[in-house]
Amino acid sequence: MSKKPSAIADIKSGSAVKATDYALAPINAALSSPQRIELYRTMIRIRRFEERSLRAYQGKNVSGGTNIGGFLHLYIGQEAVAVGCCSLMGKNDHVITAYRDHGHAIAVGMDTKPLMAELYGKITGCSKGKGGSMHYFAPDKNFWGGHGIVGGQIPLGTGLAYALKYQGKKGAAMAFMGDGAVNQGAVHEAYNLASLWNLPVVFVIENNGYSMGTSQARSSAGQLAKRAEGYNMTWGQCDGHDVYEVRALMDKHLTLAREQSRPSTVEIDTYRYRGHSVADPDNTYRTKTEIEEYRNKKDPIQVSLHKLLAEGVLTEALADKIDAEARAEAESAAEFADASPYPTPDDIQKDVYWESDHPAERKSEGRLFFD
Amino acid sequence: MPQITYREAIRHALAEELTRDPNVVVMGEEVAQFNGAYKVTDGLLATFGPTRIVDTPISEAGFIGLGVGASMLGIRPVMELMFWSFYSVAFDQILNNAANVRYMSGGQINCPIVIRGPANGGTNVGATHSHTPENVLANHPGVKVVVPATAYDAKGLLKSAIRDNDPVFFLENTILYGDKGEVPEAEYVIPLGKADVKRVGADLTIVTYGRCVIHSLKAAEVLEKDHGISVEVVDLRTIRPLDFDTVLASVKKTNRVLIVEEQKPFASVGTQLAYMIQREAFDHLDGPIHRLATIDAPAIYSPPVETEQLPNPARVIKAVLAAMA
Ligand SMILES: Cc1ncc(C[n+]2csc(CCOP(=O)(O)OP(=O)(O)O)c2C)c(N)n1
Ligand SMILES: [Mg+2]
Repeated sequence: MSKKPSAIADIKSGSAVKATDYALAPINAALSSPQRIELYRTMIRIRRFEERSLRAYQGKNVSGGTNIGGFLHLYIGQEAVAVGCCSLMGKNDHVITAYRDHGHAIAVGMDTKPLMAELYGKITGCSKGKGGSMHYFAPDKNFWGGHGIVGGQIPLGTGLAYALKYQGKKGAAMAFMGDGAVNQGAVHEAYNLASLWNLPVVFVIENNGYSMGTSQARSSAGQLAKRAEGYNMTWGQCDGHDVYEVRALMDKHLTLAREQSRPSTVEIDTYRYRGHSVADPDNTYRTKTEIEEYRNKKDPIQVSLHKLLAEGVLTEALADKIDAEARAEAESAAEFADASPYPTPDDIQKDVYWESDHPAERKSEGRLFFD
Repeated sequence: MPQITYREAIRHALAEELTRDPNVVVMGEEVAQFNGAYKVTDGLLATFGPTRIVDTPISEAGFIGLGVGASMLGIRPVMELMFWSFYSVAFDQILNNAANVRYMSGGQINCPIVIRGPANGGTNVGATHSHTPENVLANHPGVKVVVPATAYDAKGLLKSAIRDNDPVFFLENTILYGDKGEVPEAEYVIPLGKADVKRVGADLTIVTYGRCVIHSLKAAEVLEKDHGISVEVVDLRTIRPLDFDTVLASVKKTNRVLIVEEQKPFASVGTQLAYMIQREAFDHLDGPIHRLATIDAPAIYSPPVETEQLPNPARVIKAVLAAMA
């Protein structure tokens, strides 16, 4: 498989407004107008949520303290990947990803209020203020995190697939990673296990071209997804700026997992406009022109908007309304977060052991905590 | 004496050792072109070039192991872990290979590697990024562990670490990187294994290291002023080799001890110290050995609560008052 010309070529030549092949792929052709609008809406909700979180990060709270601490890795520019992939989830499909997890969390259907509250470190956060930006979880939405150690989530994703197979459930696990993560040993061990044991997992490489300040060319030998061949796995590659294209490719790979219990690897080309994290916005490793190129020509939300307008699914007035709603949602998430209380020092030792949280059912004896 | 930051002090140590010994190589994620995730290696690429200052992929097991192997052939690799928290990915290379190769070869092979990077909580980056593994590392005979608290110590100790023929693990602190201290322009080294009395006192000894030295010094001032308690602060600087003589001398003088450490309490550095103090100085103690550590749970993200989970000056004051009661 070679890298095919991307859909962006069409956009550059001004024909982006025409529906491409990917809109005609069966999985997309089958979408109703409301479903198409929903894909767009989810992307814009992610964008506005993150823009709002960025403002909170840069601002101060009423007592002059930080609203959000630590790292904030923004997904801005990559929205079509998580939205495209997660829109294909059935009830037995599961998702796991790395620390750049806000997009996936919203795409699987998490409520933005507890997501924002988590960033603020509040007790009303989705992880009670214990995990922060990098560690969102929602098992009730088949979303298993939110993981801070590069590549560490990939064996877990493989384990989700193992559990599905063991329990005889027809589903698939999607294990997301960045282009830098493919160089972790754990990823390779997971590839081998998945292929050897025929596990229903799709390894999704979100290739945004950089791992922090290191370009793909400076960190990785060979085409990333092609490494799957060494483990006898099929692989695919696509452009991640068009949500239809993401869905068209992922549908095939998810079907392979669900129907034949075979793992595969997908490499999705995408781009982040912001720095690696907000605390680390250094852009010395790439040019402003490059960022502007992507912003102007390949922005997933713009690409989608043009298509929906061309398809006659959206009007500009409706698009404006959706945007206004997304902004209002982000604003009320921030208000909720701001108004919520912090955990107390007494909360520090909760959620460590199942047994200490369920003292009545405790079976083990002896001391669990020390001072 | 010029005032420079802890970050600059480490950078100067690296630059001086790179200049002195052509076998010194600096390697790690983002150390070269990006000038370091925390800018410790800022400018080194421009001065020493890409053969000496090397960017790696995100492959800790691979590049740390490569450093161990290269050190066996006489290279002096100074490997940066962006966070010590990521050492777990390279555990086998660090604690099986680096720690054991000399022993298992009957002393034929040396492993003069340095692994350095920050190891601390307090920056709201959550449980995966806030490990303080000095106790885990120091549990392995064959390795040396250094945790500097000041710019002066960081520079002198890192130079010794690079010249050392054994594996040395050097644990820095992102919160200290910007702290300034006096550092002489003339060259100096601080031998590994020498504690430093950072404040002389009479009533109680705080044994500590790393950022907790700074907390303890702040607390000591308040205790002196508001409570008339004279606290001696002993900074271990090196965890292994351990300068227990300095600890012992101080305890025999003050007869009271508080250990302060940014560690989870179970089997921590302080646990080992407490054992040794009671064994060697039991008759000199006027009360039980006290210890202040991190509250025993994974690192909480929530910014104001994380401050309470870790030792801080207020908690040190409380602990000293309890020990004096
Ligand atoms: C094992 C490990 N090493 C290093 C890091 C620090 N780190 C966090 S993200 C990152 C870059 C990852 O890049 P990539 O996989 O391409 O994902 P992206 O950030 O582009 O989404 C690095 C080096 C880490 N979290 N874990
Ligand atoms: Mg990347």
